[in-house]
Amino acid sequence: MPAVSFQQVEKTYTGARGTLRALAGVSFDIAQGEFFGLLGPNGAGKTTLISILAGLTRPTAGRVTVMGHDVQRDEAAARKSLGIVPQELVFDPFFSVREALRIQSGYFGVRRNEAWIDELLAELGLADKADANMRQLSGGMKRRVLVAQALVHRPPVIVLDEPTAGVDVELRQTLWAFIARLNHEGHTVLLTTHYLEEAEALCHRIGMLKQGQLVALDRTANLLSATASTMLRFKTDQALPAALAPLARITGRIVQLKAHDAAEVERQLAMLREAGVKIEDLEIGRADLEDVFVEIMRSGAPMAAPSAAPVAAPAVAA
Amino acid sequence: MMAGIRLAGAQTLLRKEILRFWNVGFQTVAAPVLTAIMYLLIFGHVLENKVQVFEGVGYTSFLIPGLVMMSVLQNAFANSSSSLVQSKVTGNLVFLLVSPLSHWAWFVGYVGASVVRGLAVGAGVFIVTVWFAPPSFAQPLWILVFAALGAGMLGALGLIAGLWADKFDQMAAFQNFIIMPMTFLSGVFYSMHSLPPFWLQASHLNPFFYMIDGFRHGFFGVSDVSPWISLGVVGTAFVVVSAIALRLLKAGYKIRP
Repeated sequence: MPAVSFQQVEKTYTGARGTLRALAGVSFDIAQGEFFGLLGPNGAGKTTLISILAGLTRPTAGRVTVMGHDVQRDEAAARKSLGIVPQELVFDPFFSVREALRIQSGYFGVRRNEAWIDELLAELGLADKADANMRQLSGGMKRRVLVAQALVHRPPVIVLDEPTAGVDVELRQTLWAFIARLNHEGHTVLLTTHYLEEAEALCHRIGMLKQGQLVALDRTANLLSATASTMLRFKTDQALPAALAPLARITGRIVQLKAHDAAEVERQLAMLREAGVKIEDLEIGRADLEDVFVEIMRSGAPMAAPSAAPVAAPAVAA
Repeated sequence: MMAGIRLAGAQTLLRKEILRFWNVGFQTVAAPVLTAIMYLLIFGHVLENKVQVFEGVGYTSFLIPGLVMMSVLQNAFANSSSSLVQSKVTGNLVFLLVSPLSHWAWFVGYVGASVVRGLAVGAGVFIVTVWFAPPSFAQPLWILVFAALGAGMLGALGLIAGLWADKFDQMAAFQNFIIMPMTFLSGVFYSMHSLPPFWLQASHLNPFFYMIDGFRHGFFGVSDVSPWISLGVVGTAFVVVSAIALRLLKAGYKIRP
């Protein structure tokens, strides 16, 4: 049984200004114990898909299950298996951190949960804020409370929707260390993020959405090796030759050029030399997930059928 | 085990909703008590010797149960409606939406807290008014029955309004154009028998009239209509409004698009 299963999920929003097709038939499974990354540009449908998973929105068509429970027909069981960290920084201004966690725990029918609440507070660096009112916390602290609230009932499946957007380095490290530990203990993790280096470092498998359709689904390692795998990086103040410019990713002075093999690297260097472009800090490296992402978003056609089977994470004894 | 979890969930929501208004009790309990006292001071003073309602019942004594019940009803409505709209606007309704709470648990939590706040404000108003006129309790059971049923119905109505409204001004419109006229035209300040025939007929279509009339019967043992008729009307209204609220909750009306 997969931890999460999306089957032909469609969502069309009908409003006064016409209709918007947010999801156009998305299907894939996430295996138990997997650390799965869902990537895509803004408006690709990531949050809509997660909202359907969480029961915040109803799909127009299709079926979603969590640990085998249909999110619409067996919603109580499905929601109990799920811990969601929402994207928006929301909080209840009437309560302290500890009260908010006790209340959330109570909603899930978990009483006498103090030991786990204390552990969550300690792990997320909230111990000294336990009795502070939610209004008094900084944005980063509120984000930590959202994570604690999502985990308070020890859900087997954890969903993090852009958890590190606008968050400082310290929290990112604390958060990922803790989530990685939970993943090792057997929790399934579904992550959406804009930080592709995070997805590359953490996720076993990655799905990419574009305009409501799945355009890539594979193990992170396979995605990295399938596309142009070599990357030429250098700095220059000059314009690139016309033949190379469209292939380059330019960030200020830094230029990155994709290449499939050594011969192509040689050809590109020769073209630069002939054009008289002066380059500094030349390095040749492997392509990272950002390169893959850019390439797939530029060219990606919807996948006919998901080909890559989910791969369970290497089991680590809890 | 499932039943136990559901019970714990509903209890938690009820507790949270009670804490929510209690934490700001000055604004949610003390302020409405003061408002009611103002009505009593002004109307009681001006009309005490000019209006005769029931035989042997002074105007201030007559007015007190009406004001108590009006406070119960308005605060019960305000509690569920403003809590829901606030959670929708600030986005923290998501904590409830991702929980496994059933529509029954939502109903018990929101309407239960409304009843508690309505009764708390009502009791506060009553305690203060004791200084103005000696209280009488002809049939106290009616007092409790109508206060609880009325608060329950207004709590459920507030739940519906809270689900429907997307913004605070829509909520205010609901309150100003529906709740306020229905409470003011229900006989809080006067006996129905002092009305011209057309308005007398019209008042009999207003369920709020039966709440206040039945409630008042508990204090004086006299009323415009039999308390059993009032009980029938208010009970039916409570069941109908609750059924609508439960249906909307189950369908996720406006909260699970």
